[in-house]
Amino acid sequence: MATARSIIQKVASWRWVVPTLVVAGLLFALLADYRPILNGYIQFVLITIGINIILCASLNLVNGYMGEFSVGHAGFMSLGAYASAVFTTKWMPDNAVAFFPSVVFAGLVAACVGFLLALLSFKTRGDYLAIITLAFLMIVKSAFENIPYVGGPRGLLGIDKSTTLAWTFFWVVVTLWVIRNLVYSKFGRAITAIREDEIAANAMGVRTREAKIIAFVVSSFFGGVAGALFAHQLQFINPSTFDIVKSTEILVMVYLGGIASLGGSILGAVIFTVLSQVLQPLGTWRMVILPLLLVLLMLFRPRGIMGMKELTWFLPKNELDPTRKP
Amino acid sequence: MKYLPLLAAVVSVAGLIGCGEKAPPSVKIGLNAELTGEMPAVGASSKNAAELFVEQLNASGGLTIDGAKMPISLNVGDNGAKADQAAAIAQRLISQDEVLAMIGPNASTCAIPASEIAESLKCTMISPWSTNPKTTVDATTGKSKDYVFRACFIDTFQARVLAKFVLGTLNAKTSAVLYDVASEAPNGQATLFKEVFEKNGGQVVGFETYTTGDRDFSAQLTKIKAANPEVIFLPAYYGDVPLIIEQARRLGITAQFVGSDAWSSPDIIKLGGANVEGAYFCNHYSTQIATPIAEKFVADYKAKYGQEPDDVAALTFDSMGLLAQAINAAGKVDRQAVRDALAAIPKYDGVTGTMQFEPGSGDPIKSAVILQIKDGKFVWVANAQP
Amino acid sequence: MDFAYIVQQAINALQLGSIYALIALGYSMVYGVLVMINFAHGDLFMLGAFLCFLIVSSLAAFTLPFFLVLLLVMVGIGLLGALIERLAYRPLRGGPRVSAIITALGCGLVIANLTLVRFPYPQPMPQLFTSVSYHVYGVTITSLQILIIGVAVVLMLGLDFLIRKTSYGMAMRAISFDVKTVPLMGIPVNRIITLTFFIGAGLGGAAGMLYGTAYPVIAPSMGILVGWKAFIAAVIGGIGSIRGAVLGGFFLGAVEVTAVSLPNVPSTYRDLISYSLLLIILIFKPHGFLGKAPNQKV
Repeated sequence: MATARSIIQKVASWRWVVPTLVVAGLLFALLADYRPILNGYIQFVLITIGINIILCASLNLVNGYMGEFSVGHAGFMSLGAYASAVFTTKWMPDNAVAFFPSVVFAGLVAACVGFLLALLSFKTRGDYLAIITLAFLMIVKSAFENIPYVGGPRGLLGIDKSTTLAWTFFWVVVTLWVIRNLVYSKFGRAITAIREDEIAANAMGVRTREAKIIAFVVSSFFGGVAGALFAHQLQFINPSTFDIVKSTEILVMVYLGGIASLGGSILGAVIFTVLSQVLQPLGTWRMVILPLLLVLLMLFRPRGIMGMKELTWFLPKNELDPTRKP
Repeated sequence: MKYLPLLAAVVSVAGLIGCGEKAPPSVKIGLNAELTGEMPAVGASSKNAAELFVEQLNASGGLTIDGAKMPISLNVGDNGAKADQAAAIAQRLISQDEVLAMIGPNASTCAIPASEIAESLKCTMISPWSTNPKTTVDATTGKSKDYVFRACFIDTFQARVLAKFVLGTLNAKTSAVLYDVASEAPNGQATLFKEVFEKNGGQVVGFETYTTGDRDFSAQLTKIKAANPEVIFLPAYYGDVPLIIEQARRLGITAQFVGSDAWSSPDIIKLGGANVEGAYFCNHYSTQIATPIAEKFVADYKAKYGQEPDDVAALTFDSMGLLAQAINAAGKVDRQAVRDALAAIPKYDGVTGTMQFEPGSGDPIKSAVILQIKDGKFVWVANAQP
Repeated sequence: MDFAYIVQQAINALQLGSIYALIALGYSMVYGVLVMINFAHGDLFMLGAFLCFLIVSSLAAFTLPFFLVLLLVMVGIGLLGALIERLAYRPLRGGPRVSAIITALGCGLVIANLTLVRFPYPQPMPQLFTSVSYHVYGVTITSLQILIIGVAVVLMLGLDFLIRKTSYGMAMRAISFDVKTVPLMGIPVNRIITLTFFIGAGLGGAAGMLYGTAYPVIAPSMGILVGWKAFIAAVIGGIGSIRGAVLGGFFLGAVEVTAVSLPNVPSTYRDLISYSLLLIILIFKPHGFLGKAPNQKV
């Protein structure tokens, strides 16, 4: 057993582990898309996990690392979903190369609104900001319900099924890479400082305003990306899909996996998605057990399973424990 | 701790792949129903009728596949009356459970996205109750979908029937409409009714909306009261109707209420009590003008479940019947063959009438009935032919 | 658009506002003493209506007076609220605030879904009160509306009296002022907090029963949206402030009714108008109408 353990440890600490996993994952995803090695349902679940990881990681940036309480993330998802759907169904229909630009476009649209939200956050904090994000979510939902161009309350149909496993994997990697690099940069330190004590940070000369803007913009960008992927997986979106219940689900994933932890975001997304699917036969009891587990988790691990801790693969070299064997 | 996420991922994927039961061979049919959420009575009716059909069919041996008899089994999924969940259930039933065909969803909000999935995965889908035209029509090309059918009439027909009833039998020239803007069927019915009503000389004096989950309609009703219509058209699901009528009466509105087939659950009487007395609505069939086939169904359903079947149950039973006839005609467990057989059915005698599909369309030619809520029961008033 | 129409809509707004205000009070009270948003509150509200249903259906042999059932519901839901505080919130009281909020969210979901398991179908609310409609100069007001507004006002006045004139009230205010010093003064902090939850939940339960009486079809999902709206109302008024909660509740009711009743605006714009207005208010008054900016020590 000791040798097995040390082999695993050796492999895990190899410098090229993460890049190899990424390449292997991408190859596997491409293979699964073009050859029937996985059935459609498993593909569907894996893509859903990927989308949830992106949602979770991006919300974690604002809620976990920056310590805010945003409940409006489904709003960014909605903006991204609609932006990309309009792009591919109305502006560039039947165009195979339209998907990638539509996802980027979706992220940008969401990011613009995120920027506005960041500006609002300068004057308000804490619970008042939570309300602003809630109001924002309701406004987005209601706005889309009143715009006939995007189908109003009945939503948009006929979106292409462009979200493949490969694309999902690609965006998951991009999201994690960007957020990880952000968090361990100087802006990341500023973001964490805001969480700990904003006024003190300001007093010490930390540029909190810039950090807030970056955090919100990045978070909303990837929220929009996730929305775009979601729209092209489900092939149908309507405003009520992106409601407070959806936002609550994302929140649960974040706090389940652990705040301020990318590994936690992955974990939370995986556990939540898999449990949601696997517990389907329980019917309504599923939604009694899941939140009950969450409550129990909060009582014993208030910061989530991996709260404030991180997978060693994500930590940059100078963060690693110096007493560890290399 | 480091390996926990990896471990969790491996375990979950293994669990998913391993998730499969080894059951005796049977023909698998999927049921995508609204068991929880906004309209649980609809899902329950559908499930009850489907299970009754399976029981009766299996008692006689089942379907004839490749010359031998094979029982059928039902894979039930709950779509919670939500669009995205309906799509996910459709995916699961068709890809994971590998059903031969899918019955449902019933609510148009769910049926439309599920139909997109069924169409793209080339699996036959029959919606028992969805009346919105979009369910069987491709949104981008405007042509009929190949794999999606329904067992009921569509809203363009229903709107015409109702408008004519209001203008003719009720002799009302002015009407107002109050509907749920976020729900497909009521939304479509409201718009179509307004179109037909105005085209035939009526006047729609109020066109108000609310959103799913709302309970207070006093502001909208006050607006409608000011316009003083003779009839108020309420294409709402059975949970909303009692509240709306109660609040309207409280405000002193004396207009006649008329509804669509969305009213059809008997729960509407349980929830509405005296308030819903006297209101009319359109429906797919009536237990009172039953054919022998319908009478047998009503009796069997009542014996097994203790209550009379509503239209959702009747239509689900017919959907299963249509499917069974198609599978028997095709003679093999092949999705394409079943689809072709279904489209080519010359005549099917069902609980809700005689049906066949128009060539190139998934919509059957059906007639409708007008019912009135009287003495706490649904009472037949008139028939309406296409 | 005549005077009668305006008055009618104003009455509608008062009724809706009273209910929002009662629920918002529960949020504000808890926030005032614990600086915590009790997200389970909306579901306690919903449970109030269902508890009424259960009481009436299990004691169907007796004709129960309205106010007795109201009292029973308030006590019942109050006890449940206190129980949740004891089991789920107290252990987290020193820890990160966010965990308490998520726990509250989880508790709310558990309550809502347990109710859904027991009552998968919407239920008709038992009619304990026969309403009489009065038509005055083209305006309709029912005795039910008068009852709802009346009960709400009485409860609010009662709460105000409790806060300002009793020692318990003084203790609650002390805790919201400085929770660390209070136990040094010999005040049983835990007991006061539990009492606060009891009262707050009781008010929420009362609101639920009144809501069920006004809109007699009850379903487990009704807590979620109303709960979040009342939370917004509490914040608009200034969370932590009792008077702010009342103000916020009536304000939200007025905004929602006005948005629908505007003559040439289709009612689909209701939510858009309401929430945009709320957002604008929060931008200009970030701590709500009556809220105070918390003093932060660095």
